[in-house]
Amino acid sequence: MSEILVLVEHVDGEVKKVTLELLTLARSLGTPAAVWAGPGYSGDAKARLAEYGAEKIYLASGDDLVGYVVAPKAELLATLVAEKSPAAVLVAATAEGKEIAGRLAIKTDSGVITDAVGLADGFVADQSIFGGGVNVRSRVTKGTPIVAVRPNSTAPEASSAAATEEEVGFTVSDAAKGAKIVERVKQEKGARPELTEAAIVVSGGRGVGSADNFAIIEKLADSLGAAVGASRAATDAGWYPHQFQVGQTGKTVSPQLYIAAGISGAIQHRAGMQTAKTIVAINKDSEAPIFELADFGVVGDLFQVVPQLADEVEKRK
Amino acid sequence: MNIVVCVKQVPDTATERKLRSDDKTLDRDAADGVVNELDEYAVEEALRLKEAHGGEVTVLTMGPGRATETIRKALAMGADKAVHLSDDALHGSDALATSYAMAQTLKKIGFDLVILGSESTDARTGVLAAMLAERLGTPQLTLANKVDVDGTAIAIQRVTDYGFDKVEATLPAVVSVVEKINDPRYPSFKGIMAAKKKKVETLGIADAEIAAELVGLAGAWSEVAEFAAAPPRAAGTIVKDEGDGGTKTADFLASKKFI
Ligand SMILES: Cc1cc2nc3c(=O)[nH]c(=O)nc-3n(C[C@H](O)[C@H](O)[C@H](O)COP(=O)(O)OP(=O)(O)OC[C@H]3O[C@@H](n4cnc5c(N)ncnc54)[C@H](O)[C@@H]3O)c2cc1C
Ligand SMILES: Nc1ncnc2c1ncn2[C@@H]1O[C@H](COP(=O)(O)O)[C@@H](O)[C@H]1O
Repeated sequence: MSEILVLVEHVDGEVKKVTLELLTLARSLGTPAAVWAGPGYSGDAKARLAEYGAEKIYLASGDDLVGYVVAPKAELLATLVAEKSPAAVLVAATAEGKEIAGRLAIKTDSGVITDAVGLADGFVADQSIFGGGVNVRSRVTKGTPIVAVRPNSTAPEASSAAATEEEVGFTVSDAAKGAKIVERVKQEKGARPELTEAAIVVSGGRGVGSADNFAIIEKLADSLGAAVGASRAATDAGWYPHQFQVGQTGKTVSPQLYIAAGISGAIQHRAGMQTAKTIVAINKDSEAPIFELADFGVVGDLFQVVPQLADEVEKRK
Repeated sequence: MNIVVCVKQVPDTATERKLRSDDKTLDRDAADGVVNELDEYAVEEALRLKEAHGGEVTVLTMGPGRATETIRKALAMGADKAVHLSDDALHGSDALATSYAMAQTLKKIGFDLVILGSESTDARTGVLAAMLAERLGTPQLTLANKVDVDGTAIAIQRVTDYGFDKVEATLPAVVSVVEKINDPRYPSFKGIMAAKKKKVETLGIADAEIAAELVGLAGAWSEVAEFAAAPPRAAGTIVKDEGDGGTKTADFLASKKFI
């Protein structure tokens, strides 16, 4: 079977969950080959990639790969596409992953599909568009299919493989060094899982009422090991940082469980969370559109319901 | 500084959006067209940079005839002039074809800085700025929540999952902006009146040296094979809180094995 390249997402040398999902997906379509770009590779990373089915690992570890915006990674992948003629290239549909996919598509004269939520034989991709209102199946018709797959759309399953390492002789060209990253500023994030990767997301909206009150949303999230999200009304008000905004102009999340507290469920919010598997809503207005999506809803005051729920979760642990 | 700001007309998200049953492209007649919201932030940033550094702001739109409404709005906000790339041959272009057509146009009209929104509300690919940077061979300064220009030096803050990266480059460059970068101004009455007199140059594909076989539905690098309205979600259980709403929710979560 032909090779499918999977670009590894890693932070501080640790392989992110979405990569394990992509390896699992790649296994159903061909032979997964992981591509490691940048420093931080270790035996632990290798073990993780092997555990989830990487037959090969292509290694390119230079600092330059992460020292400039996007272009070097696209260049590396284009080199591998030319050398290895893979059947497809999979990247995570994060903001940066999509940008890499876009540049790679041009370099290899190939079509690109962004935000796939499924991928079947012939690399036919499922997408959910217009705020979840329409399901589309699309495919690349020219070149090597390049597909950006949304985190949380495949359940990662272990299945060990050889993970044969191969160093890639690759030097970033000057052309790809146009936008230099001079400093990385890490804003405090705490121990919570990342929003787009989290299995559970607890979001608060205008109903939460203030920045201080977000503590009750955080408390519920922490009881469930969840990430915290927010509606635009909440981020606009400055109650919660913008990078946690869920929706059309924020992050798109596809968790197993999404809990919306004090969020009305405007179409623009739904666009970012409608593909969640299970949705729970807490809102004092029984007419709120969020209830149309909810698998379980409570019409009530979030200041009563949310703390009670957090206590119950703690009790039942 | 010669700034080009890319503005797209999109169907209003508040109305029902559809694909056409004949060629599976976006049905642009089914819904009202509005300015892609993030592009208003791009226009605002372009205007602020012009106010600080001088120069000119040109609006670039690729779209059918009715996209002129969108162009007028950007001109009313204060942009100086506009280029409208409009040709039946462009109908059905995917991201690769769109980026090719827009890159050709940008080469023709010239620029020091191109500013885009980071994502459109209809296609939502979020790839166009990266693609333009690739095609134009200019630095990619995308997902900016802050832009500073000093002579030919440009610095941005690029939003990341962990916070942001400080990025530096030299003009010419391609920038995309996120929503929290500024507060777009409303067009004033005077602005709306002035916009009517501003120059809008309409270009067809031949004018911009765009090869017909690389754009439109036939030239696209990908296709929609099929589509269908999403099945409605099964109706859920809605309970009224009678002092036990949290407990009941916990029961539900336990039944689904979340706790
Ligand atoms: C182009 C565009 C892009 C947008 N992008 C996004 C986006 O990315 N993400 C996003 O979220 N929005 C986005 N919006 C905004 C969106 O339209 C809504 O305005 C926003 O989602 C509303 O946030 P909300 O539900 O928190 O607030 P509201 O709509 O005001 O709803 C608050 C809800 O809280 C309930 N409530 C109040 N107090 C309590 C209480 N004590 N207990 C329980 N319930 C209570 C109320 O009944 C109400 O239903 C966008 C809008 C536009 C035009
Ligand atoms: N047809 C178009 N005309 C002008 N600008 C566009 C067009 N399509 C996309 N853009 C720009 O590209 C950005 C990203 O769009 P997209 O890649 O479609 O999500 C938008 O915010 C616009 O600034």
